[in-house]
Amino acid sequence: MITLTNIEKVYRTSSIETLALNNINLNIRKGEFVSIMGPSGCGKSTLLNIMGLLDEPSQGTVELDGQRVASYRDKELAHLRNQKIGFIFQSFHLINDLSVVDNVEIPLLYRSTNGKPRQTYAKEALEKVGLSNRIKHFPKQLSGGQKQRVAIARAIVGNPEIILADEPTGNLDSAMGNEIMNILQGLNSEGATIVMVTHDESMAKRTHRLIRLFDGTQVQ
Amino acid sequence: MLLNYIKIAWKVLLRHPFYTFITLFGISLTLTVLMVLTSFLDHLFGTHYPETRRDRSLYIMQMIQRDTAQSGRSTGPMSFRFLTDFVKTLKTPERVTICTMYNTSNAYVGSQKIKLNTKYTDADFWRIMEFEFLEGKPYNEQNITNGENVVVINDDLKKQYFDHPDEPVVGKTIDIENINYRVIGVIKGSPVTRPFTYADVYFPYTAPKSNYQQSGMRGRFVSIILAKQKSDIPAIQEEFQSRIGRIPLPGIQDGWKYNALEVKAEPYAQNFLGTILDGGPGLRTIFFGIIFFILFMLLGLPALNLVNVNVSRIMERASEIGIRKAFGAPIRTLVWQFIVENIFITFIGGAIALILTLIMIQLINHSGWIAYADLTINFNVFAVSMLVCLIFGLLSGVAPAFRMSKLSIAEALKS
Repeated sequence: MITLTNIEKVYRTSSIETLALNNINLNIRKGEFVSIMGPSGCGKSTLLNIMGLLDEPSQGTVELDGQRVASYRDKELAHLRNQKIGFIFQSFHLINDLSVVDNVEIPLLYRSTNGKPRQTYAKEALEKVGLSNRIKHFPKQLSGGQKQRVAIARAIVGNPEIILADEPTGNLDSAMGNEIMNILQGLNSEGATIVMVTHDESMAKRTHRLIRLFDGTQVQ
Repeated sequence: MLLNYIKIAWKVLLRHPFYTFITLFGISLTLTVLMVLTSFLDHLFGTHYPETRRDRSLYIMQMIQRDTAQSGRSTGPMSFRFLTDFVKTLKTPERVTICTMYNTSNAYVGSQKIKLNTKYTDADFWRIMEFEFLEGKPYNEQNITNGENVVVINDDLKKQYFDHPDEPVVGKTIDIENINYRVIGVIKGSPVTRPFTYADVYFPYTAPKSNYQQSGMRGRFVSIILAKQKSDIPAIQEEFQSRIGRIPLPGIQDGWKYNALEVKAEPYAQNFLGTILDGGPGLRTIFFGIIFFILFMLLGLPALNLVNVNVSRIMERASEIGIRKAFGAPIRTLVWQFIVENIFITFIGGAIALILTLIMIQLINHSGWIAYADLTINFNVFAVSMLVCLIFGLLSGVAPAFRMSKLSIAEALKS
């Protein structure tokens, strides 16, 4: 599903060069639930961003469903992200000015889905994460766990094949973290491929495969 | 999608009321100036009272005689005779009037002097122009043939000259330059900005001091041609030019020999700007340079200022931009979103500006700065104002939108 070959990522400033990822080779298979662990600053989020086409590697190739994306233009990359990938972030990244349902609708705005069906799909996604009673609320009126569930609803509303979650339970207490993990496992059992960055061993143990990074290099 | 953009734009406006106030204040002030200017230009060049047929009228204001050998040139209005022979007799127009531009004269009420603007016209003047007669009627061919000393005055002069302005004054006499004239009609005045129709007193062209019998080509008269319909205008111009072309050259005017003669029948705005546009490349460059400079000062500078405000406001929304991009928004869509948002805000400013403009033009109309000013917001002014809003919105929205849409997603999500 996602194949990374010889991935290297270097951040350059005028005076310093930082090697964030070094010679990463990975293959994420369809239907897998993979976790990525490692100390802070080891390149986990960078790796996830490259998998999600949010960032470009300095070297190496990224293939999604067998297609090399290196030559893709902004429009094609945007289309691919929109159709195939859903993102969940540690800090939720909800748009505070939009209601819950409007937030969830965002991925569908960039498809040719009309207003009514868009709202129906968004409500269905919110129902899946148990938040159908909060559709008119605004993010500021929700708890951390509820915000993350909205973010999950937004990630799954377009039925993407891949879900990339960057420390989805990082800002939540353990009970709420478990709840979010249960939702992710449920989505995985329905067929979604999930890659999750986490600091929490117990969460990682609940996934199919664990990848460990250290100083930008894959050690497991 | 559009609704989503507008929702966001509205929420962003509500987020920082002070910034919003500053932004809207700047936009509304700029647009108010532009809307008042548009209204004034419409007042100058549009089809309004009493020149309600200006859109199908041609104006002949001056004749240019050139001495090509010595590069001499003489420009000015024409004689009544020339206009009678070469314009009044045209076959294609519906009607032609010959009149003067306004001149000054004096009348006295007791020892108090009243400065007057006077105009000599034929009877067709009243048929081409749609003056509102508050009293009486215009003079006709019979009055003119009989050499009657009759005048039409405007309501302002009536108020100034007569002791009881509430009473009818038709039939009463008015003393102008020691000659008594009988008032035959009182009109609602024309604005001073319409020199072809503006005057306080209208005399028949046969009245004393009109010089209508002056010989030669040049004199003090101008002419307005009314076409049956707009589409007849080219045919009228062609017929007129063919007549002018048949005038034998060289000719003599006041002992001066000229080799070339130029007289144009043009629509009002063209006639108005003709002197500038016909004045050679140097004059044209200066004219358009000034126009560009004024527009830049009025539209460009506030737009640049708004660009800065917009950039700092959009920077707050980096995370939103990151999210939209992550979930599939291409750069073009995001640029469009920010432009739509900016246009929406500009139109709110435009609505405020429209109200301010209404107030401003009422003030101008009632202040007496321009006699009989009738500035309005009609469809043309409104349409141009909306266009100005759109241009302003685009000018101030495009640059920030491009800047933000190019932000790296990973960077945007970190903020």
